[in-house]
Amino acid sequence: MVRALEKYIRPGVKSTPFCPGCGHGILMGLILRAIDDLKMDMKKMLFVSGIGCAAWIPSPHYNGDTLHTLHGRALAFATGAKLYNPDLCVMVVSGDGDLSSIGGNHLIHAARRDIDLKVICANNMIYGMTGGQAASTTPRGSKTSTTGEGNPYRPFDLCKLVEGAGATYVSRFSVTQPISLIQSIKKALLHKGFSFIEALSPCPTQFGRRNLLERPEDMIKDLIRRCILEEEAEGLTEEERAEKIITGEFLS
Amino acid sequence: MASRWVKSPFPKGTYYFSGNEAAAEGAIAAGCRFYAGYPITPSSELMERMAVRLNEIGGVFIQMEDEIASISAVIGASWAGARAMTATSGPGFSLMQESIGYAAFTETPCVIIDVQRAGPCTGQATKVGSGDIMQAKWGSHGDYQVIALSPWSSQEMYDLTLRAFNLSEQYRVPAMVMADEAIGHLRETIRVAAKVEVWDRKKKKGGAPFDIEGEDGVPPMPSFGEGERLSVTGSTHDAYGFRKTDDPKAHARLVERINKKILNHKRSIIETEDYLLEDAEMAVVAYGFTARTSLYAVKRMRKDGTKVGMLRLKTLWPFPDEAVAEIGKKVKKIIVPEMNLGQVAGEVKKYVPCDVISLSQTNGEVIQPDTIMEMLRKI
Repeated sequence: MVRALEKYIRPGVKSTPFCPGCGHGILMGLILRAIDDLKMDMKKMLFVSGIGCAAWIPSPHYNGDTLHTLHGRALAFATGAKLYNPDLCVMVVSGDGDLSSIGGNHLIHAARRDIDLKVICANNMIYGMTGGQAASTTPRGSKTSTTGEGNPYRPFDLCKLVEGAGATYVSRFSVTQPISLIQSIKKALLHKGFSFIEALSPCPTQFGRRNLLERPEDMIKDLIRRCILEEEAEGLTEEERAEKIITGEFLS
Repeated sequence: MASRWVKSPFPKGTYYFSGNEAAAEGAIAAGCRFYAGYPITPSSELMERMAVRLNEIGGVFIQMEDEIASISAVIGASWAGARAMTATSGPGFSLMQESIGYAAFTETPCVIIDVQRAGPCTGQATKVGSGDIMQAKWGSHGDYQVIALSPWSSQEMYDLTLRAFNLSEQYRVPAMVMADEAIGHLRETIRVAAKVEVWDRKKKKGGAPFDIEGEDGVPPMPSFGEGERLSVTGSTHDAYGFRKTDDPKAHARLVERINKKILNHKRSIIETEDYLLEDAEMAVVAYGFTARTSLYAVKRMRKDGTKVGMLRLKTLWPFPDEAVAEIGKKVKKIIVPEMNLGQVAGEVKKYVPCDVISLSQTNGEVIQPDTIMEMLRKI
């Protein structure tokens, strides 16, 4: 983390809690850059998170109010706080398992209500903290500690899911697209309504090592290679398209 | 931290209210301005009245997607500064348990009204029961305390809901009103006073929100947005909310304090009422709706010359151990009529040397005075 952003870190916080090669540290910095660019007042910012690696991005590191809740329930806690005090800028930062598996029902209902919550879903496509089990976002065929032969099921397309449920700002970017991701977080911060950003984040420890992407740089390179914009996908064959991840702003 | 007297939001007078309606008014009088809930029989009228009343007076009402979301939104709102509540019945109360543990561990004031119905499971949704008494205390994992009150009239649905809010704010603990279907749907006259006493949560700028401040063991509680840069977590934490997930001392200290801060004050929390106990040789220990039919039975038996009295438990948790022990010294036999298989009878047995007879009924109906009198004659 650069010195200029240290003012956004809670005094007393020491080293990052993330594994080597984890993308969450990058995301932690990118969110703060967006906040810094917009000169947001941290005293009026509430960061709500659930349980899992990504829930530690804001809690306790960010120097605003942080609410580290129960597994899956971040959006329900955030809804209560935002409705009672609309002056708070409420950002929910949590993982894919937290927000879309155990918390999936709260996700679609929060999107439906279009309450002004800024949701950043750090998607590493796996349960990292508990030892690399399959998530609702794990790609079909991927190996995890509970799908040794490869995941037999389809993953959620989280952006389509929340768009269908009524979100009013939706985007997907990878931590390997830092400038786009910062711009998108800024848009979400300025947007009035339910905003959802799927931030793809590599997990070499639990995902990569089981899926031939053992070294952190392998996962980063893989994301750079696979993440393309919607317009870039237009000329591709179905086969070429299948291994790509479409990124961009889908609803703004 | 102190209490203050405020003008009742509902004009002074007498009203004809159902228990559920009276509880909603008690909440409003206590300053409740946030309600999140999910429909469930037999508590739904309470939520419907809150929807109307909070709209009238400028509070926040939201119907959530389930009971887990409801109690979670209540906790979020409480940290945003609200006096907040939800109401439910057995199945919803089961769903709420994890978040109730969160509220206990993060010391979040909130009120939960459980209008109990005949369980287990979906059971008989429209019928009465009181099978959630142990769940109120032990429903979430780990060791923690809650406060649970037991109303026996529409008046007490008003009074004890108000008190639940006050105790919850005073001790930073989840407080429950363990009503039942019979009380929730009972219509009777209640009195509303011109002024009500309300407690405000303790504030101290820069104070540690999660460790002992002062003799009562209850730390100050800032709200989000006050510039305190709060760190709230359901993991084990230190005085300022930093996670301490592998520090044995921090864990032991926190668990001990959240339990002691309630148990050390149990004398000011617990309320019981004695009826005809002075010369009694037998006692009925009862709570909730069953205390009404018990009192009728006790008075009838007195007319026949039987020396019987009644102890009514207005507070269920922390358990009124001293009041129960006192009765146990005086009488030869205690009967505990209740609409479950002896949940409170088992507690009573812990504190008395005399015989304790459990009069259980789990058929979805209230226990008739005749049933209680029959038992009193038999023993």
